[in-house]
Formats: sequence, structure tokens, C-alpha cells
Amino acid sequence: MSVIRKAAMAAAAGMSILALTGGAGAQEPLKIGMVTTLSGPGGYLGQDIRDAFNLAVEMGGGKLGGTPVQVLVEDDALKPGQGKQIADKFMKTDKVKLLTGIVFSNVALAVVPDVLDNDGIYVSPNAGPSTLAGKECHRNYFVVSWQNDSLHESAGQNANNLGYKKAFILAPNYQAGKDALEGFKRMFKGEIVGEVFTRLDQTDFAAEMAQIRNAKPDVVFQFHPGGAGIAFLRQYQQAGLIEAIPMVVPSPSMDAVTLKAVGAPALGLNVSAQWNSDFDNPANKEFVVAWTKKYNRPITYYASQGYDTALAIGAALKATGGKVADAEAFRTAMLKADFKSVRGNFKFGRNQHPVQDWYSMRVEKDEAGNPIIKTREKILSEVGDSYAKDCKL
Amino acid sequence: MALLLEQMLNGVQLGVMLFLLAAGLTLIFGIMGVINLAHGSLYMVGAYAAAFVAQATGSFLLAIPAGLAAAALVGMTIEFTVVRRLYARDHLDQVLATFGLILFFNQLVVLMFGRQPMFVQIPPAFAGAIDLGLFSYPVYRLCIIAVGLATAGALFWLIQRTRLGMLVRAGATHRDMVQALGVDVRLLYTVVFGLGALLAGLAGLMSGPLLSVQVGMGEQILILTFVVVVIGGLGSVSGAFAGALLVGIVDTSLRAFLPGLLRGIMTGSEADALAGGISAMGVYLLMAIVLLVRPKGLFPAHG
Repeated sequence: MSVIRKAAMAAAAGMSILALTGGAGAQEPLKIGMVTTLSGPGGYLGQDIRDAFNLAVEMGGGKLGGTPVQVLVEDDALKPGQGKQIADKFMKTDKVKLLTGIVFSNVALAVVPDVLDNDGIYVSPNAGPSTLAGKECHRNYFVVSWQNDSLHESAGQNANNLGYKKAFILAPNYQAGKDALEGFKRMFKGEIVGEVFTRLDQTDFAAEMAQIRNAKPDVVFQFHPGGAGIAFLRQYQQAGLIEAIPMVVPSPSMDAVTLKAVGAPALGLNVSAQWNSDFDNPANKEFVVAWTKKYNRPITYYASQGYDTALAIGAALKATGGKVADAEAFRTAMLKADFKSVRGNFKFGRNQHPVQDWYSMRVEKDEAGNPIIKTREKILSEVGDSYAKDCKL
Repeated sequence: MALLLEQMLNGVQLGVMLFLLAAGLTLIFGIMGVINLAHGSLYMVGAYAAAFVAQATGSFLLAIPAGLAAAALVGMTIEFTVVRRLYARDHLDQVLATFGLILFFNQLVVLMFGRQPMFVQIPPAFAGAIDLGLFSYPVYRLCIIAVGLATAGALFWLIQRTRLGMLVRAGATHRDMVQALGVDVRLLYTVVFGLGALLAGLAGLMSGPLLSVQVGMGEQILILTFVVVVIGGLGSVSGAFAGALLVGIVDTSLRAFLPGLLRGIMTGSEADALAGGISAMGVYLLMAIVLLVRPKGLFPAHG
């Protein structure tokens, strides 16, 4: 009996030694949990974020900042509850400490506080809801994309620069939609002649078209991400409004995918964004070439943000030697933002949201006659967001 | 006045679209007693098949039969392989199985076409807007109204005046008697399911140039379709027609006019937010009211 027990103990000891040495020899890849939206009308947004993030990992030879990483991806289906469950699973079962990926603000608002309460770190490649940018800002919460309002503030500034005086504004009735209209109004100096909240799942905008025509504005501002935006633009054109009333939109209403779907009717549309595929900097050129080679499909803002998120995480990992256990060390490294962003200037503000430049763009024809989004000029330089002042970090 | 008329037309257009979906749904429920959550998937199949053919051939004329045929064939296949096994089961099993079909079809479409929305050009003949005197209106939307009303007429003729229609009506009210008289009920069920799918496919292919063709488009409209069916009375095609127009017009009017009305009594942005909220639940409120007054809907099929 005792012989057997001794043998068993010896075997166990041997095994644990083996396990220890094994662990030290081959570096276990760092797990990064990506909760993102891959299904439904908003599915291509998450797909682009995921693919660009993976592209950055692949270009680093399976590593980010020299640290081998393993990206776990799951679809939240735009359901806050489902996102929360996935994040929970990542943290409890897979022992993931670093999470990213969320596209929509309503999912982010359910998941992010949960992650932070469990001492996780969250780096946002897209959603930047106002509620997490001000008083509720957090040491372990970073946003690489933008604060939601900034998109729309830039559109408001764009409308001012273009000399419009009367605006009709529309957005879906949810947190990001409300942020959109608030953001636009904060910057726009003219008069608002109509303000409409559409439904988040609405795809037919005939009633809104009639209202717009009736209100006779100089300009229409609308924020409808994904498929709804395509439907809106096409119906705008079908109603014969596109020749009559120009439109100013933030980037989520006119990305490369939307443009491909809408085609020629989008010509003349004014867009404002922090990034465009034609940006002339080495990091962006490298990214665009790699993306086209690997995926050969239109490249969106979401892709650029997914890629930048991977680079930002990579830069931080490089500085900490691949460790995320010490959140404070990771934070210090992260805030340096020591990476070449594809958008050019980039740094983190006090609320750990970006301070960056915004550009005005217009949909024009390229040499072959295909509509493309063309960058015109910088409209805002090194701006943060209006919530940063409430953040006590 | 012009605005009011234009919004009414918008309401009617939404209404006929809902009718095409609701007619199939209500027939399938009325005759077979099956709650078919996958009806929205048939709408999506019709839209995707038409979009695919339109893109491949550049012809909307070819896309029409493709969308119709795909939806009808997929519908009959579903009936033959899955739904047939559910007739004797209770509604919970039916809901579970047809919900499974939704997931199956959504994933299938993702595998075949990807997640990015597809685009269908409006056929050039129907592009642009036509001047109706007081206001101009998109030609394509007028076409949808015409096709929808014509289909409704044809459906009434089919149900009221033909032998198949007689069997359908009899099947809805006296199922056992029809079976006892030696009618091949299984075949009848497959045909009715196919007909419902065909109508859903028609709605899907017509919506293509208007909305974006994308995964999950069926579920968005399915909820509103169920509201129509419940308001109209389960199993009643004329109920579905009345319900669809009612829902279409009420929904559009609330969206169009409520913000203006509320702005008269409160400040701008509050009014807009409140109007958005009320108009979002408007049709459900309508459904609740109809159910309070007429618990079986406006035109109940079973008396």
C-alpha cells in the first residue's frame, strides 16, 4: 500500500516538475478576449474589427509587441446579455484579463463595467459611450477609436465649415443615437429645423423623407450605422432629395461598405472621420496593402480601429514584457501610446480616450469613375472630447 | 395636406408589404395550426435569391421569378422535412423548431453571401419620382402598392372562387370533415405552405431595392407581421389585409405627425424623444386595444 502511495507521490511530483519546466520553456500565449458583433445587420462591423486585429497579429508573426497572443473571438449578436455572458466566460473559464472588440454602445455599457469590476482591462476598438467617458472613467478602460460624441461634433464642425445654416437631424433612438444628435448640436452654429429619433431596427424611412422635404433644411445630418444607413441613403436618393438637399454624415453613416452598396447616388456626400484609406502615412500604407492582399474587400473605419487597437495593445505589451497581471504597469505603458497609428496623430487624453485630428471628406469619382471617399482637409486638430474634464484620473 | 397624403401613401405601401407576409403567416396558422417563426426567413430567401440573380445577370426581370421560385421551393422543402412533423405537436415545439430554422437560415446565408449587406439596383424603368400634382412620389413605391393590391385581389379570387380556395377555407374551419371526404390533406398543406412562402418571397424581392438585403432582415419585419395577424384575427386573410393597412398607416402617421403634435405642448428635444418612444410602441398599443375590444381580432376566421 505504502509502496504504491510513494510511487504515486513520486509520479505526481515528477509530473508537476515537468509541468513547471514545460511552462517556463514554451511561453504560453497571452489570451485576449474579443467580444464583438458578428451576426445581424451590424455583423460586418465586428467582422472588420476582428479581421484587422488578427491581421495585425499575423503581421507580427502571431505576436503583438513581441508577445505571442491567442485571440478568442465570440459573437454577442448585438445582445447586451449575451455579451455579458461571453465576457464572464472569458474571464472565469479562460482566465482572460485583457478584453476588446465591442462594436455597439449598448453592449459595451453592459459588459465593460463587469470586466472592470473583476479587475479586467478593456480596450475599445469602437464603442465610446459618453457614460463611461466622464465621471465614470476608469483606470483600466481605454478607448482607441473615439468618444461617440466626437464623431458627430466633427460633423457639426464640417457643416459649419461648409456654410450651412439650417439643419434637419436624425438618429436612432438609443444611447449612441442621442449622443449623436447632442454632439452635432454642440458644434453646429446654425438652426435645427427638425430633429427625429428613428427606431433602432427601422429600415424604411419613407415617413422621415416626407418630413425632411417639408422642413426645407440647407443640410441633413443623419447617423445610421450599418444596413440602416444604406437603406436611408438609397431612399433619400429615391425620394429625389439627394440633388435638392446636401447631407453631412459622420463616418459610421458612410463607410466603404455602405459606399459600395449605395454606389453613384452617394456622390457629393460630406463625411467627417478620424481616418480614411487614402491617408498618406507609412503605417496606413502598410495596413491598406496588407488588408487588400489578405481580404480583398473594402476597408472600413472599423478595420482601421481594430488594427490600431491591436497596435496599441502591442506597444503596451512590449513595454511590460508581455505581462498584463500588473494592471498599473500595463496602464502606464498603454498611455504612452507608443505606436504608429494608421490615422497619424494619436494620443490618449486624461480620460484615456483619444486626442486626435478630424478630417473632412467627400464622396467623389476616382479615375476609373468609381465613387470613393476622398479626404479634403483637416477640420479639427488634436481634440479630445467634452467629457474628459469630468474624469478624475 | 400634401404631406398628409404623402404619408398616407407611405402607410399604404408599408401596409401592403406587411399584408404579403401576414397573408402567408395567417393561412399557415389558420389551416395547419402552425406558428411559423421561420416565415421571416422565407422573406429573406426571396430577397437574397432575387438580389443574387439581379447582380449576376443585371436584370431585375429575371430576379423576380428567381426570388419567387426560391422562396416557394424552400418553403415547400421546410414543410416536407420539418413542419410536417409538428402538426400534432403543441405550439411550444413548433416555436422551438421554427426558431431553430431561423438560426439555420441566417447562418446559411452568412456562409453563402457573407455578412455585408447586398445591394439591388432599382430597375431603371421604375427609378426616380413621379409628379402627382401636390407632391412627387417614388415610382418604385407606387409599383409596390400596385403589385400588393393586385396580389391581394388575386388571393381573394383564389380563396373565394376556386376549388383550391374552397379546400383552404374548409380546411381552416372544418379540418376533420375535409379529411373525411377524402381530400389529400398532406398535399394541401404543402401547397398552402408553398403559397405562403411565395408571398413572403414576393415581399422580400420587392423590398430588395428599397431596404438593404442583409442577414436578419426577416426577423425585423416578422414581429410587425405577427402584430398584423393578431389584429386581423388568426387565420383570416381579409383580417390580415385590414390589419396590415391599419398597422401600416398608424405606424407611419405616428412617426410622421406625433413629434409635431407633442412639440406644441412641450420643448423640442423632449417632444422628439417622447414621440420616438410612443411611436415605437404605437402598433403594440393598437394591438392591445383591438384585443380588449375584440379578443379574437377584427375578422376572426373561426367565428
